Amino acid sequence: MTSLLNQQRPPFFCPGCSHQRVVQALDKSFQELGLSGNEIAIVTDIGCSGLFDTFFNTHALHGLHGRALTYATGLKLACPALMVVVIMGDGGLGIGGAHVLSSCRRNLDITLLVLNNFNYGMTGGQCSATTPVEATTSSGFLGQLEAPLDICAVAGAAGASWIDRVSATDSTLSETISQALTYNGFSLMDITGICPGRFSKRNRRPKNLVSSSMESLEKRSKPDPKRVRPEYGQAYRQRTKEARPASPMRPIAASSTPAASEPVGILFLGAAGQRVNTAAEILCLSAMHGGFYATLKNDYPITVLRGHSISEVILSSHPIGFSGIEQPDIILALSAEGVKRREATIAGAKPSCLILQEAGLDLPRTPAQVIKVDCTSMGAKKNERPLAFLAVLSKYRSSINEELLYRGLEEKLKAEQLEEALDLVKGFHASSL
Amino acid sequence: MTTQRFFIDGNEAAARAAVKSGCSFFAGYPITPATTIFQHMLDMLPPGGGICLQGEDEIASIGFCIGASMAGLKTMTATSGPGISLFSEQISFAIAGEIPLVIIDVQRLGPSTGSATKGADSDIQFLRWGNSGGLPVIVLAPVNSADCYNLTCQAFNLAETYRCPVFVASNKEIGMTKESVSEEELAEIEVLTRAGSEENSSNLPYQPFGASTDSMVPVFLPIGGTALVRQTSSSHGPDGFITTSPKALAEGVNRMRNKLVSQRDDLSIYRLDTDPAADTLVIVYGVTARAAEVSIKRLREQSHCISLLVLQTLYPVPQKLLRDEIAKVSRVIVIEMNLGQYVREVERFSGATEVEFFGKMDGELISPEEITRVIVP
Repeated sequence: MTSLLNQQRPPFFCPGCSHQRVVQALDKSFQELGLSGNEIAIVTDIGCSGLFDTFFNTHALHGLHGRALTYATGLKLACPALMVVVIMGDGGLGIGGAHVLSSCRRNLDITLLVLNNFNYGMTGGQCSATTPVEATTSSGFLGQLEAPLDICAVAGAAGASWIDRVSATDSTLSETISQALTYNGFSLMDITGICPGRFSKRNRRPKNLVSSSMESLEKRSKPDPKRVRPEYGQAYRQRTKEARPASPMRPIAASSTPAASEPVGILFLGAAGQRVNTAAEILCLSAMHGGFYATLKNDYPITVLRGHSISEVILSSHPIGFSGIEQPDIILALSAEGVKRREATIAGAKPSCLILQEAGLDLPRTPAQVIKVDCTSMGAKKNERPLAFLAVLSKYRSSINEELLYRGLEEKLKAEQLEEALDLVKGFHASSL
Repeated sequence: MTTQRFFIDGNEAAARAAVKSGCSFFAGYPITPATTIFQHMLDMLPPGGGICLQGEDEIASIGFCIGASMAGLKTMTATSGPGISLFSEQISFAIAGEIPLVIIDVQRLGPSTGSATKGADSDIQFLRWGNSGGLPVIVLAPVNSADCYNLTCQAFNLAETYRCPVFVASNKEIGMTKESVSEEELAEIEVLTRAGSEENSSNLPYQPFGASTDSMVPVFLPIGGTALVRQTSSSHGPDGFITTSPKALAEGVNRMRNKLVSQRDDLSIYRLDTDPAADTLVIVYGVTARAAEVSIKRLREQSHCISLLVLQTLYPVPQKLLRDEIAKVSRVIVIEMNLGQYVREVERFSGATEVEFFGKMDGELISPEEITRVIVP
């Protein structure tokens, strides 16, 4: 088979650099597997290992430090037939740790070769995540305070099934790389080597230091039967075959044209979990059936089932510009949480404003017209209040009549939820209050 | 005729537009107020054979998109301020590598993690300058849901045409505000396919960054195709190999700059509502435009003469448009939902005319009443 090495750009690592051996071994593996250059993408990041892609006549993607696996993931999912090989150093391993863990968990068919030479060669020999504590680096004592990372153990714990550790000088290097390349899933090789330009300069017996450090590290079987899982891309494509198509945008056809009128601003003051937003949307959908334009803006805290939930609805016979409410025309005071947030609005409401107030709630003094609604005594639960209020509102404001409200409910709710809501709303419509 | 309208928020509109534009790859990380874009894409893409991923962080999400885009897919990601910050290094790569990509920034109140559920136009200058190297980008700013749809469609076409990341600078108050939108408001924009193919690349071996002086945009071939493709974030010549030649370096960055700035007038999308008698021009963008429109309508009813310029392309800065319109008035007011970001761009083209500014960051929309008080103190 033909070599895929780029004859115009031979490797130019420091004399004695272990990276050089990996270049040769990888080329040998490509040849043994009978691959042509356009069947392979070499993805690299920053550092001496980042030069790898330039030595081969293959597709190449060279990006930011530690992020090679992110590009490789997108590439492999978009182009499953491509053999994707990621090459990074122990530097990229450290800075891109989250991507290594996620790649192990994901099990996409990518091969990661970590060229582990125990220091940052290109920037001057600083300590990396794998530097043995006994080693001297240009980071001084800093490298001696942190425990070195056993990437094989970490990868195993993160769910990778094919993991191996070999020395760059190992005669089986190419054979092992070939196994990694052909494994259908994520494979990780920790390829240890010596950095003659930096590490050897500061450490008298670098090989001993590195090999004694390696002996203490656990070696893994490959693939580990306990961790063998379906390849991510295949599993993903299988799931997409079973996925139900998303529903298209549903147009709402107006059954009537409203008479031209000023916009109406309706403020829902409720609590999280009270289905305030749902009721507000039902009001909008109802109004749209009546030919109105509608906007719905929400205000809520970052908590989920605690705190206020406020909806601002504007209904108008003509297109709506500003989507906030300057002066509400209607306020639905549903819960203390919402009322507390807008006390000033209630106190400053205009006299023509209609406030529907849940019977037990305290409101600030207001010039607005206040009507009490006793949901509790009518058997409506706290989270049914917003819908009940809409039913009551239709008695006072004819623009949202009973029929439109039913249409809005049918747009938003289905099956049992719809039936319950219709029962509730009809009950409140029938009541004399 | 019965009126038919949809009830959608800006985030759904952007997601629908992406699918309409041929986007088949989305990756994102959950972040309020952009998360619902991810949710919509997850609903829509996989059933159609597309891919939607949740990255381990924002850096991974945009990295997935970069990889998939280089394989030839149209890709999009979406986030908010804290995520845009993490995108930064990858945005630089997308610029340097001329990688088509659409990024929706549903802005929230900053600084920093700020307020997740409050709106602001916090990131305008960050979108422009949040890349190392400072090369130009395209930033579009929607006003409402329909705009989110239409500008996202435009963003995909621009990303293809110019091979660059294109931002849609949305806002919580647009992205998460539902409104009625008629079918006619959603423009039928012709969808561009990824430019370039093996056949029309006559100069094999393929030069991944080789561009003619006319187009200034290299022909795209995907990684994984027959011709070998090199992509790199490092300074490169037309062949995609690292270079330190001052000539090649200068040619590369000048071309990447010029491919956008030479087209700035064509890239400019805006709405101009002039009053010939006006001596005041109000310049706004984003959700604030809605309040400005209401305010100016009211002021005109009281016989005030005011012109309004709503910018939907923020970058490249529409220099000619700004110069021409500012020259017609004696007073210019810029209103933004921040403490003054785009006003700096307007000032660069205002000549001797002083530019007044009003803005705030308190989690509330700027109201028509506030704008009226600025215009008529």
